[in-house]
Amino acid sequence: MFTRLDDGENTPVSFSFNATEVIAREGDNIATALLAAGIGTLRHAPVSQSPRGAFCMMGVCFECLVSIDGGAPVQACMTQVRSGICVTGIAMQEDVA
Amino acid sequence: MSGRMEFTTVADPAGLRPFYDLVVIGAGPAGMSAAVVASGQGLSVLVVDRGPSPGGQIYRGIEQATDGRKHLLGPDYARGGTLVRAFRQAGCDYLPQATVWHLDAATGPGPKVGISACGRSRIISCGHVLLATGAMERPPVLPGWTLPGVMNVGAAQIMLKAGGVVADGKVILAGSGPLLWLVASQYAAAGKPAALVLDTTPVTAAIRALPWAGGFLSSGLAGKGAALVARACRSGKVVSGVQLLAVEQRNDHRVLRYSKGGRETEVEFDHLFLHQGLVPEINLPSSAGLRLVWNELRSAFEPERDAWGISSVATISVAGDGGAVAGAEAAWHGGALAALEVCRRAGRIAVAERDRLARPFHQGYRAAMRGRAFLERLFRPGRTEHDDDTLLCRCEDVTAGQLRRALAHLPVEGPNQWKALSRCGMGPCQGRQCGLAVSTTIAAQTGRSMDSVGYYRLRTPVFPVPLAELAAMETAQE
Repeated sequence: MFTRLDDGENTPVSFSFNATEVIAREGDNIATALLAAGIGTLRHAPVSQSPRGAFCMMGVCFECLVSIDGGAPVQACMTQVRSGICVTGIAMQEDVA
Repeated sequence: MSGRMEFTTVADPAGLRPFYDLVVIGAGPAGMSAAVVASGQGLSVLVVDRGPSPGGQIYRGIEQATDGRKHLLGPDYARGGTLVRAFRQAGCDYLPQATVWHLDAATGPGPKVGISACGRSRIISCGHVLLATGAMERPPVLPGWTLPGVMNVGAAQIMLKAGGVVADGKVILAGSGPLLWLVASQYAAAGKPAALVLDTTPVTAAIRALPWAGGFLSSGLAGKGAALVARACRSGKVVSGVQLLAVEQRNDHRVLRYSKGGRETEVEFDHLFLHQGLVPEINLPSSAGLRLVWNELRSAFEPERDAWGISSVATISVAGDGGAVAGAEAAWHGGALAALEVCRRAGRIAVAERDRLARPFHQGYRAAMRGRAFLERLFRPGRTEHDDDTLLCRCEDVTAGQLRRALAHLPVEGPNQWKALSRCGMGPCQGRQCGLAVSTTIAAQTGRSMDSVGYYRLRTPVFPVPLAELAAMETAQE
């Protein structure tokens, strides 16, 4: 679980993760927003299928890969939340067609 | 091309000039400082930043930080605001939310830089590149380190800086190094002290570092450090001389097993933040052919560079923690020094003028380095031999045991052959998380030096870029 410290300052931003609504704050990166909403597992590693979540929060581990509006994988920790985006987990096995 | 510029935030690669005198990669203290100096001397400067706003990781989120958050994060963080404001006044172009996936100084008169932003890529030319890409945490390899709920200590700090978000429940901070104590102190200041701080610094380390204590005590670092440690000890349980054994998933909870003085303990946690110091992030320099040298004391590969930051490639400089981890103050002054040399090479200032302008930055750099010799010895990482089942490569799930068995039975000469054989290092992170552990394991098993073993040889692109984006770029480039 994660808590927000200085609340009320930033505008709430609504988006979805795997079809579940998430309320974030303007200025959040997606990984922080998901952790603050109690979502720790973002995907499963392609080889072991082990659950993975954000690890470094600075764009060097690539564990937090997500897809935004069906697009190519991006690092959730390096991407700002935007109102209305549909964020989904990466299913790498399925992507290899 | 030159001429006085105004600070311009560029939204899209199409808005970039085709040529800049200097491209600075990274907007942390080294990058911002270099941009201020170089643009001040009339060079055309572009700063490319992965983040949405300047500050790098150390000053991340500073432009949006409330007074309360700045107070919580401490005075060193707040000071970064001065540099960010100066940067915003500099006559340069600033491209945020962008990645540099290509750097080539071997073909053509000057370096070429491949940049991706807004789903569009472009290759631009320049007279000189300054790599100010900073450090990352030394990957804290440990059995179970890939479980959700386990993160770097720096990640906890970034969430504080970038969102004012703190971990709740039972929080453990474990590892060795100043950042461990800084975050412990910041969490305490936020009213959410860690339940447990485990210090893995060996008890003998203080004795080993003692000969360098003089410089440390006369710098500001000793007082700062003591205050951080004291606050952490006041707010929660601290155990020193610890060896971390494993993170394990039990039915509905996770535990950390550790030992101290031969006695094993198991403790449940909600969040575990690990730290084993910082190392330069070397994928981009590696891909550009920069010579990397192993530093035994800092246990890191570092780009070779001269006193003015020039690397083994004449048109590429390195400044800040990306060259050698030395902290924000050193980066601030080092970035300025590197920029002055770039200005000299561009014919803007002569040697005497460069040396005159450099004097305050040299003084500042020396002051910033005081005490670091002690810290480097105190927090010098030990050589860990990883259990066979420990994952070295998170992306491709490759274990230490698989590497050791391959070394014993196959003609594996180094990390690049190992990568080709096993896919270790071929995942999205491109070896950033496994590279050091792979090289140190090979060195330990074969008895070779780290310089002899080397590191993964990176190639373009050093960040994933969609093929469609590259294809679109080909047609756009005339």
